[in-house]
Amino acid sequence: MANKLETLMDSLRVALGDERIASMKCELNEVTIEVPAAKWHETALLLRDTPALHFESCIDCCGMDYSAYGDGAWQGLRFAAVYHLTSYKHNIRLRVRVFCADDDFPLLDSVVDVWNGINWFEREAFDLYGILFQGHPDLRRILTDYGFVGHPFRKDFPLSGYVEMRYDAEQKRVIYQPVTIEPREITPRIIREENYGGC
Amino acid sequence: MAAEIRNYTLNFGPQHPAAHGVLRLVLELDGEVVERADPHIGLLHRGTEKLAESKTFIQSLPYMDRLDYVSMMANEHAYCMAIEKMLGLEVPLRAQYIRVMFDEITRILNHLLWLGAHALDCGAMTMFLYCFREREDLMDCYEAVSGARLHAAYYRPGGVYRDLPDAMPKYEASKLRNAEAIKKMNYNREGSLLDFIEDFTNRFPTYVDEYETLLTDNRVWKQRTVGIGVVSPERALQLGMTGAMLRGSGIAWDLRKKQPYEVYDKLDFDIPVGVNGDCYDRYLVRIEEMRQSNRIIKQCVAWLKGNKGPVIVDNHKVAPPSREAMKSNMEELIHHFKLFTEGMHVPASEAYAAVEHPKGEFGIYLVSDGANKPYRLKIRAPGYAHLSSLDEMSRGHMISDVVAIIGTQDIVFGEVDR
Repeated sequence: MANKLETLMDSLRVALGDERIASMKCELNEVTIEVPAAKWHETALLLRDTPALHFESCIDCCGMDYSAYGDGAWQGLRFAAVYHLTSYKHNIRLRVRVFCADDDFPLLDSVVDVWNGINWFEREAFDLYGILFQGHPDLRRILTDYGFVGHPFRKDFPLSGYVEMRYDAEQKRVIYQPVTIEPREITPRIIREENYGGC
Repeated sequence: MAAEIRNYTLNFGPQHPAAHGVLRLVLELDGEVVERADPHIGLLHRGTEKLAESKTFIQSLPYMDRLDYVSMMANEHAYCMAIEKMLGLEVPLRAQYIRVMFDEITRILNHLLWLGAHALDCGAMTMFLYCFREREDLMDCYEAVSGARLHAAYYRPGGVYRDLPDAMPKYEASKLRNAEAIKKMNYNREGSLLDFIEDFTNRFPTYVDEYETLLTDNRVWKQRTVGIGVVSPERALQLGMTGAMLRGSGIAWDLRKKQPYEVYDKLDFDIPVGVNGDCYDRYLVRIEEMRQSNRIIKQCVAWLKGNKGPVIVDNHKVAPPSREAMKSNMEELIHHFKLFTEGMHVPASEAYAAVEHPKGEFGIYLVSDGANKPYRLKIRAPGYAHLSSLDEMSRGHMISDVVAIIGTQDIVFGEVDR
């Protein structure tokens, strides 16, 4: 297993070159590379078509919002898309992280033309995180309600949301109104110092 | 005079019985031929991933049951595996066998529901009744081991919640059934849960034969499925298909064989593969998968009967101490209190764990920043990728074939909408 990952990292270095790999690491038997947003589309083609890599299937793509990571310790860019690729030929996986260059206007190249199955996953990342995918054939909201405002999975979006829905007996229709429940946190979120409790 | 030809747009669902839940499908039709299918999903969106960010690792575990609510334990498995990977935990061998056994029971449960519902959609009522008869027995196994028939919450990070019970719950006499009838119903419930499961595995191949007698050579069934929704192997890979959808197209890919987890590498089973990539081949693949699952369960039962041992790790930062120890020992009491109030801390890292779910590859991508709650949890649901290919699969088919295609994809909205 370890050998296989070494081989994969070597092939990645050879096939992609230094300018397409912002960083590479191997942790918990998983290889992760970071690709600069400007080079993402051409890198995706290389990942799919280079015989030594041959990542013919994109299993998963998800948005990430790093703004609250480590309780505010995060210094880097805020939004990223994380792709999980699988090579059926070589039986190996790869994680690719692409950070959006602009925090206020997160934009990435769509790779639907490279892996057709990624279509809905990119729509989902757009819906939940507001990451725009340039060149996507049909970038509509997918999971949230028709006419939903905002991107609910961003860290600054409250868990209880902004509006709630109820039936209004006088107007005889369903209406939206500001939420009436107070957000509450039952178990506080804590990051302990290292070696806390001797473990 | 030329007749006026008009394309229709048809709204299919969200309350249609053949839509398998809350699927709203906008179909553009030319006569009865589908030109474009646009599934609108999200009607069952509950924001599981966002909710998990505000709960401790153990508190989110029962949410996993509610994703794909016909294969509950398989979902929990992927979630526990991701946490174990990040914590570097070694699960006790007995727990691994229990997990594998229940994964396969879950696979049969899932395929039985799929088979019943799919056949019902295509006009075969009897299948539904047959399949639910067997599901009843398997849900009794769920109940015996976890106390719940559906939402088990049985797998825990580090193992399983408790060991298999020594006695199987029995039917009791009532106004409807006299003692003799009850005795007949209880004949396989006299021993332990493992005895009950063993009895089931001995009966089950005959049941599968019954299903096959009804469907495999059935002319109507073949007319509804052969050549419908054909997916070539290349397209299946491009579209991110996994599981039976991929194997039906002739690609021998199964995570249990290719990237074995738990004890799958010690067990003997085969991976069925289709040829034509149509609904009929996927049906045959799933039928054979049930037989193979039955084989795996048999091997697990045999191992579990002969080998005792712990079923959860002994690390009290992750798993609670025994009830008895907690009541008599100060340190254990503190461990218990801390674990269920603050929860466990997972080191800052990220991991992707995938299992061969009955529907395909079910993956959990977990990111932790060292807190007692996940920073981000992404659920990779197989049905999501499959449903997105519905448009391509149903183009040029009739409306009635769309129903067959939805059936063959084995869509469950709990996991698609999350």
